[in-house]
Amino acid sequence: MVVAFIQRAVVQGIPLLFGSTGEILTEKSGNLNLGTAGVMYVGGICGVIGGFFYEQNAAHMNSFLAVLIPLLCSIIGSAIMGYIYALLTVTLKANQNVTGLALTTFGVGFGNFFGGSLIKLSGLDVPSITLSKTSLCFKTSLPFADKLGVVGDILFSYSFLAYVAIIIAVVVSLYFNKTRSGLKLRAVGENPATADAAGVNVERYKYVSIILGSIIAGFGGLYYVMDYACGVWSNDGFGDRGWLAIALVIFAIWRPNISIFGSILFGGLFIIHNYIPGLGMGTQELFKMAPYAVTIIVLVIISMLQKREFQPPASLGLSYFREER
Amino acid sequence: MALKPAIELRNITKTFGSIVANKDVSLTVDRGEILSILGENGSGKTTLMNMLAGIYFPDHGEIFINGEEVVIKSPKDSFAHGIGMIHQHFKLVDVFSAVENIVLGIEEKGRYNLKESAKAIKKICDAYGFEIDLNKKIYEMSVSEKQTVEIIKVLYRGADILILDEPTAVLTPHETSKLFNVMRNMKKDGKSIIIITHKLNEVLEISDKVSVLRKGVYIGTINTADADESILTEMMVGKKVDLNIERADIENKEDRLIIENISYNNREGVNILNHVNFTAKSGEILGIAGIAGSGQRELLESIAGLRHLSSGSILYNNAETGEKENLRDKTPLQIREMGIRLSFVPEDRLGMGLVANMDIIDNMTLRSYKKGKSVFVEKKAPTDLANEIIEELEVVTPSAKTPVRRLSGGNVQKVLVGREIKANPKVLMVAYPVRGLDINSSYMIYSLLNEQKEKGTSVIFVGEDLDVLIELCDRIVVISSGEISGIVDARNTTKEEIGVLMTKGRSADSNEK
Repeated sequence: MVVAFIQRAVVQGIPLLFGSTGEILTEKSGNLNLGTAGVMYVGGICGVIGGFFYEQNAAHMNSFLAVLIPLLCSIIGSAIMGYIYALLTVTLKANQNVTGLALTTFGVGFGNFFGGSLIKLSGLDVPSITLSKTSLCFKTSLPFADKLGVVGDILFSYSFLAYVAIIIAVVVSLYFNKTRSGLKLRAVGENPATADAAGVNVERYKYVSIILGSIIAGFGGLYYVMDYACGVWSNDGFGDRGWLAIALVIFAIWRPNISIFGSILFGGLFIIHNYIPGLGMGTQELFKMAPYAVTIIVLVIISMLQKREFQPPASLGLSYFREER
Repeated sequence: MALKPAIELRNITKTFGSIVANKDVSLTVDRGEILSILGENGSGKTTLMNMLAGIYFPDHGEIFINGEEVVIKSPKDSFAHGIGMIHQHFKLVDVFSAVENIVLGIEEKGRYNLKESAKAIKKICDAYGFEIDLNKKIYEMSVSEKQTVEIIKVLYRGADILILDEPTAVLTPHETSKLFNVMRNMKKDGKSIIIITHKLNEVLEISDKVSVLRKGVYIGTINTADADESILTEMMVGKKVDLNIERADIENKEDRLIIENISYNNREGVNILNHVNFTAKSGEILGIAGIAGSGQRELLESIAGLRHLSSGSILYNNAETGEKENLRDKTPLQIREMGIRLSFVPEDRLGMGLVANMDIIDNMTLRSYKKGKSVFVEKKAPTDLANEIIEELEVVTPSAKTPVRRLSGGNVQKVLVGREIKANPKVLMVAYPVRGLDINSSYMIYSLLNEQKEKGTSVIFVGEDLDVLIELCDRIVVISSGEISGIVDARNTTKEEIGVLMTKGRSADSNEK
């Protein structure tokens, strides 16, 4: 029971980890992308589109291609979303909050539109598409996991994307703190004028981190469909995980390494109501609030600590105008 | 063989829209030489230097470095030519340590290793005599420490040409002399230094040559040895400025504002004002002198109704009713409703005084929006007022509908002072009203204050330049560490006397804070 809970918590947490790592990377450049929820939707549906056509048209499914095609489609979809956001907020200096919210609305609509189209194409009577074969390829786990008992179940029973999520989070964390380029990126998010004066190409750093951040966040959508939902796409199925990912950014005080544990905690809090016996519907809904409540508590605590290192990047949400005096 | 000049500018022109910031500026700096660039506010000194730093790109003209023509398109190009600029507003990342800020943006070969970098930086510090904790975060540093980091930063990049934009504006006299020593060390080392300033005494003290700009136009360069204050002033403003500030004697003064025993603790519980007592009279300018951060700001804000005192009272002697009213713990609105005309020109002009993104007219309405019975804001009166101020105070602006953030510092101040004075105050408080202003604008502010005094207003003037305080004010209250260390008659005092009072009751180490 406990092992199953932990496993489910991790599986729940991984999309959030992707989302929050991507968002942290974006926010470190001083751009608050509230479109993350939309980006994750697009990342998911693009993977589904790729997988759907491959599954429909390939006579013999090559498991490598079955993973690669949805993965590439997802990357392209999320990258385009990131590019749109970057173009609007970095080059055209549009308001970041408005742009992000618009992108969320757009992404969700995009996902539902193409989801609906695929459902029609598949000609089935159910309001969802099932890519069970593709999902199976995605869910391939380490071969020795079964032999290690509880340890194997808890640590090694997940699909490769889950490990990718953790590796990306660790790499991004090291990138921030241990590389020259990471130092520059943080400078861009803290004080773009300073970074500019120091010879850092502010726009390029913003573009790259926004687009990479979107791609990483998009993986969260892909993982959700292919692994968590076993290849079943249903419209609006992704729910508000995008917002939870943004909450997780705050919870992790803009550190991807904290986000790894935070995501599992959030995942656990998100499903804990299923594991507490005898809860009524109302109480279950109350429990679903837990991740948000925890985020608020963390916000209160970090505000009270008044430590500058725990604060968001100083120029988060602000456009950078070079020629302004 | 004669060495080529380190930097030569030829006929540099830069315009922003219809505003000409620099027109045909030419100047040269040699190795091991300190050049001062002198000019009034808005004369284009900083813009000119920003073109060397790669922040702006000139519309016309050529830049030569060591005799070769160069094109500086970005800060990166600027570094590549060995130019390092220390901006007036420090370009530092607050949450980074000194080392992180110094290595930011440097393309070094080899692994990224802060400890190794710190060692290399330490060598530079030792060579020029900087004292600094390299692992300290910027937000924990004093202004002077931040400036040190900025200078080390450009030296670490291997800059041979240093540009300092008004470096002493934020320093105490002691820190300034330390900076000048470092500058002399760098000069000995063969570096070329350009210092932007409008303090004549510093120009004469530190530089070898002076180049003067007036309204963006290059006036000329002279050797400091041949210059004196009046020559430089004449070059700078185009006409001889009367250095004497007028001071009238007013009869029949009466007590207007009686500050009794006020104390104030800030949010962290630190005592900022300790049992302060003084009286401001009508028809006089009461100066407040003190080292920066001695509680001047808190004192004025307390009187203006912006801070809650822990004890004491602020009594306003109402000439019309003859009653004394306590202003303590009243909000600015309540004070206004009591019919007390109190005007306040805060030091933070664009934060507290004016709204930077609003135009001059809308900034006028900030004081009058409560007037009138209609639900719509009355626009006619503020428009007239704005135009009146622009005309009377010679505010340089394209129109009254220009956002104040587009104006230069002196013009912003004129707008703010103009608005406050037009409210016909009984008490007028001004904090550092001429900070960052050129001589002409400063004198205009002084005469406006004198005009108010002659009308019977009680003027409270917080200043930093002791010469001005002594010439302008009638009495000077000296504040030190939040306590009044003395009240002197400005007509019979000396700078030394005030200087001694300013540092009284302060231990030597807290002086640096």
